Amino acid sequence: MRIFALAGRRLVASIPTLFLILIGVFLLLQFAPGDTVDAMMAQMGGGDAATARDLRRFYGLDLSVMAQLGNYLWRLVRFDLGFSAIYGKPVATVIAERLPATILLMVASLSLAFFFGLILGVVAARGVNRWPDTLISTLGLVFYAMPTFWFGLMAIVVFSIYLQWLPAGGFEDITIGYQGLRRTLDIAQHLVLPTLTLGLFYMAIYLRIMRGSMLEVLNLDFVRTARAKGMDETRVVVHHVLRNALLPMVTLIGLQAGTMLGGSVVVESVFSLPGLGRLAYESVIQRDLNTLLGIVFVSALLVIVVNFIVDLLYARLDPRITTGT
Amino acid sequence: MGFVKLYFRSPPAVIGLILLLLVLGMAASAGWLYPKDPLALAGRPLIWPFTNPRFLLGTDNSGRDIAAQIFHGARISLQIGLVATVISVLIGITIGAFAGYYGGWTDTILMRVTEAFQTLPNFLLLLVLVAVFGSTITTVTLAIGIVSWPASARLTRAEFLSLRNREFVQAGRTLGLRDASLIFREILPNALPPVIVYASVVMAIAILLESALAFLKLSDPNVASWGNLIGIGRDVLRVQWYVSAIPGVAILITVLAVSLVGQGLNDALNPRLKGR
Repeated sequence: MRIFALAGRRLVASIPTLFLILIGVFLLLQFAPGDTVDAMMAQMGGGDAATARDLRRFYGLDLSVMAQLGNYLWRLVRFDLGFSAIYGKPVATVIAERLPATILLMVASLSLAFFFGLILGVVAARGVNRWPDTLISTLGLVFYAMPTFWFGLMAIVVFSIYLQWLPAGGFEDITIGYQGLRRTLDIAQHLVLPTLTLGLFYMAIYLRIMRGSMLEVLNLDFVRTARAKGMDETRVVVHHVLRNALLPMVTLIGLQAGTMLGGSVVVESVFSLPGLGRLAYESVIQRDLNTLLGIVFVSALLVIVVNFIVDLLYARLDPRITTGT
Repeated sequence: MGFVKLYFRSPPAVIGLILLLLVLGMAASAGWLYPKDPLALAGRPLIWPFTNPRFLLGTDNSGRDIAAQIFHGARISLQIGLVATVISVLIGITIGAFAGYYGGWTDTILMRVTEAFQTLPNFLLLLVLVAVFGSTITTVTLAIGIVSWPASARLTRAEFLSLRNREFVQAGRTLGLRDASLIFREILPNALPPVIVYASVVMAIAILLESALAFLKLSDPNVASWGNLIGIGRDVLRVQWYVSAIPGVAILITVLAVSLVGQGLNDALNPRLKGR
């Protein structure tokens, strides 16, 4: 229970941060050329000034900036993100429709990055400065330096155009309308390339951190003790080293949650996935500022939630954290 | 100089330096190798690479020389990367220094702001900034600098926390030095090395961020940016995949060079940590 108290306290401490972000971005968006009403009028094909004035009054855009901010925050407390004039729906609905694809993509990429980063990091650290290490480290550097969207495009060229193994984009095949298990398989097939694209970059980071932290833990006294008492190397690594070397990896998940969400903007655009990132891009293009602000709110919330989970995981891996020092 | 010797003993660091010199050479020679505007029409569209000696790397969808765009793109990438890094490190150092030196309320407030920047996905903030201030090369560079300072701020703050009560600082305080000169003339030079090494990471990320922005057609369309070219090539990906492939390799090499040099500097400055 102390774990929850500790993580909960950090969760509460992140509420001011959330408000700081929202106020900052809200004020920033006031500088944007044109407001929602301008965008709506453009969509309707123009209109007279009186209509624009009425619309502004209807949406509360004729008030002072501070009053608007107050209104926005007050609505937010009641989980009302406002109305998207472009999509003709409440922002919360628009975001809710797009959220599953992004979360699926993030979880899949993170699992890929974490799992293979861990294995490759361990293999590299075990053979440090020999050929497996050199090969893995080089591969890691290349994946790190590669622009993710470019990797995605090249993967489309190879796997979708030449080999025709995998679909080039989209979330599922709508024309056929699969149900149940077939549908799950279809979605999985569509997500293979996006997951690889987003995941390999993070895998490169994870394997570097894992290798470093393995090398550090392998030199500690308790590992020497374990070896001295005749434990075989595999057991030493699995039982003693891994758990300790894992801590920086878990920290990294929390630190990377935000950048990963940012990376999904690009990946979702490459593979035309209907996710949050693409929505962010579209709302920038269409000047749908209400939706953009909603996305900022939801992404910040997502990052905070991921960090909450990381705190819990951390405490589980390292009991010393909860006993308090 | 033991430092230079140490640096050249590591093969990856030497490879990185060679690659970086190559990219720098491309940027420097772009002017006299390809004196014409790289975005001007030069020939028939979609000529494959190595088929026409006039266009070594072929032409893109609208008949612009790809090689010229690659060479001029090196300038843009390095320029944006460098300037954005300087901006971000300057902001980071200032905020980190004040937070670490003064502690207390200053620290709390500044770290709250840093936390806010770290919680908000940086690419999303970049999109917001570009949406608000437009996408000329100046605003894009500034925006990239603004979204990538938190890590250097944290690094500087940590260094300041460990340095601010050292004896040389106390001596300076007894001598009656003002805070500003203590921060910038006494502590900062000692706190700088890790931040400088970290700057190579910032620069690598800055180059990648700009290329991603350009790929999404949200960067300055009037400059020969590698990301722009990848975005243009996407329309003809099905057959003429080389239009996107070539600038991608250029980005890969540049980012690789910057990170290898950074890593090499780090190892040479902290020999004890080598091999980690």
